[in-house]
Amino acid sequence: MSSAPVVPRPVTPVPTTPQERRPVQPAGDSVRNWRLRHRIAHGAAWAAGIFVIAVTASIMGFMAWKGLHYLNPSLIWQRPTPGLAQGDTGGIRDPLIGTLLATFIGTLFAAPLGIATAVWVGEYGKPAKLARAIESAIEMVAGMPNIVLAIFGLAIFQLPFFSFLSFKAQGGGVYGRSFIAAGLIMSLIAIPLIYTATREGLAQLPAKLREGSWALGKTKICTIRTVLLPQIRPNIATGIVLGMGRIVGDTAIVVVLLGAALQIDPVGDTPGLNVLRGGGSTLTTYVYAASPAGEGNAPQKAYAAAFLLLLIVVFLNALVGWIGRRTKNSEITQ
Amino acid sequence: MTSPPRLRSHALSATDDPFASLTDPAASREPVRRSTSDDGAALPPPIKRVVLDRTPRPIDPATDVVAPIAKDQTLGPERLRIEHVSIGYGEARVVKDLSLSIHQGEVLALIGPSGCGKTTFLRSMNRLTEQTASAWREGQILLDGRDIYETELPRLRRKIAMVFQQPNPFPMSIFDNIAYAIRVQNRKTPGKAEVRERVVDSLRRAGLYDELGGDLDKPALRLSGGQQQRLCIARAIATNPEVLLMDEPCSALDPRSTAVIEDLIGELRESLAIVIVTHNLAQAHRVADNVAFMYLGDLVEHGPVDQVFEQPRAQRTRDYVAGVFG
Repeated sequence: MSSAPVVPRPVTPVPTTPQERRPVQPAGDSVRNWRLRHRIAHGAAWAAGIFVIAVTASIMGFMAWKGLHYLNPSLIWQRPTPGLAQGDTGGIRDPLIGTLLATFIGTLFAAPLGIATAVWVGEYGKPAKLARAIESAIEMVAGMPNIVLAIFGLAIFQLPFFSFLSFKAQGGGVYGRSFIAAGLIMSLIAIPLIYTATREGLAQLPAKLREGSWALGKTKICTIRTVLLPQIRPNIATGIVLGMGRIVGDTAIVVVLLGAALQIDPVGDTPGLNVLRGGGSTLTTYVYAASPAGEGNAPQKAYAAAFLLLLIVVFLNALVGWIGRRTKNSEITQ
Repeated sequence: MTSPPRLRSHALSATDDPFASLTDPAASREPVRRSTSDDGAALPPPIKRVVLDRTPRPIDPATDVVAPIAKDQTLGPERLRIEHVSIGYGEARVVKDLSLSIHQGEVLALIGPSGCGKTTFLRSMNRLTEQTASAWREGQILLDGRDIYETELPRLRRKIAMVFQQPNPFPMSIFDNIAYAIRVQNRKTPGKAEVRERVVDSLRRAGLYDELGGDLDKPALRLSGGQQQRLCIARAIATNPEVLLMDEPCSALDPRSTAVIEDLIGELRESLAIVIVTHNLAQAHRVADNVAFMYLGDLVEHGPVDQVFEQPRAQRTRDYVAGVFG
């Protein structure tokens, strides 16, 4: 990052004698002179802010303390195994891979769909009724509880037609749970974020950019591809990263559509595809299963996995912030 | 210059109004002055007495509109012919029954107060107005004898190029800005070498190449405002258009850049027909061969630049050119 050279401002002489200085705060304007209700409200606002910081800090601190205590390389590289004693339960390799894989698949479907929808609504949007319908549909998807999406997905992917996506039993029953099924439904929770980010990016582009391109005899789609989308790349990236964060944190869809088994469970013989067709788990469901609330009985590993999950989310958030700052620095559209 | 009464709010509805002469600056200027100087101080502020120096009478716009007088024969072939064009948005009629023709080698300046339909008219020539949902158009605009609605839109806009009020280079390199204009919908042909030749050529014609010192990979947005606008001109002429539309191309620029662009207009006119919208009457006087004065959507006067500025035939032109209103 390069910043503009700092030009020293002309220094205005600072008044030195006390008589010359004017008080920054007018006399009588101190908290002590406020009405009691205002003082209470003022204090409450301060307290609320500090409370939020305290809660966040204690969560982070607690997870870091526990997590760093139990997290070690062998834990990450070992496969999880069911066991009665904590020492027998192996590591968190499969859930970690599961998280990455589910996020990748979800984003892979969500990004093109979200961007394309935003482009259509923002740049074409005719008939207007259809555009409005799409807009409200996306808002509704954004508001749907994940578990509702998950059982809908299960109902869909258990249909015989979708048997190629997951395990199929001898009798013809379709299991309906696999990475690809979970990824497809997970893309639904990321699409609204990508859509909104793209939409806002397109809306803030100045009209002169579009008109300049149209006036050169370019079609709308050519303008969008060559001029508009490159301009809003940071917006799209922010939307995608936010969507990834949602997918990483999701639990309901993993339980219903991925099986939440401890290990990745390939289906079929084709390498690569067999993993996609098979079930597995992610860090979220692993934390649940290993915690005292689940049946795995490995609380230390739950803490380690939870800390890792937290790290991933914090990293994604930092990425969003970084993209945002970088955009502001290179803001060139007037 | 004394600031005239603001007319913009009346601009779209005035002509059918029997009290239209109230909005006629020639009529309304006097009374407004008198009410403030004589008894303005005596009256309470919100109430203003309007004294009319004559009875309101409707103005028939047709009486003012003057048919173009015979053209200079040195001009090239006719490029654009506008026949009885009316343009509007929804209920409002912004351009009213306008007819004129534009020849190669001619610089036509469209002048007139704000809101008189100059820009709308200009943007209708390359069909940019149709991007506005409520816009409509009557009459015909012919490019080389063919209705512009018969030509495919991308091809039409490559023949009728446009430069906007604000310099709007794309956030790419200088080279890419012009190469983007040359390539038809981003097609790979012509190849890079030929595109480069044409890029350099149009930069030369826009008088920008030497200033850049061969650095065509610089981001276009690093250029100064005047250079950006010349880049936009280079981009517009890169497709070898027949007509160049300019919408107040210098209004965002400093006097020196303005002078450079005015010189450029003088050089480009040989191969092009140029239509330029400007608020700057001195600029219109400097660059134009013909001037069309528009007022409230009417073409009031159209003629050679010297005639319009020195011997205007219509009263409204006379007032406007004299700096009375606008």
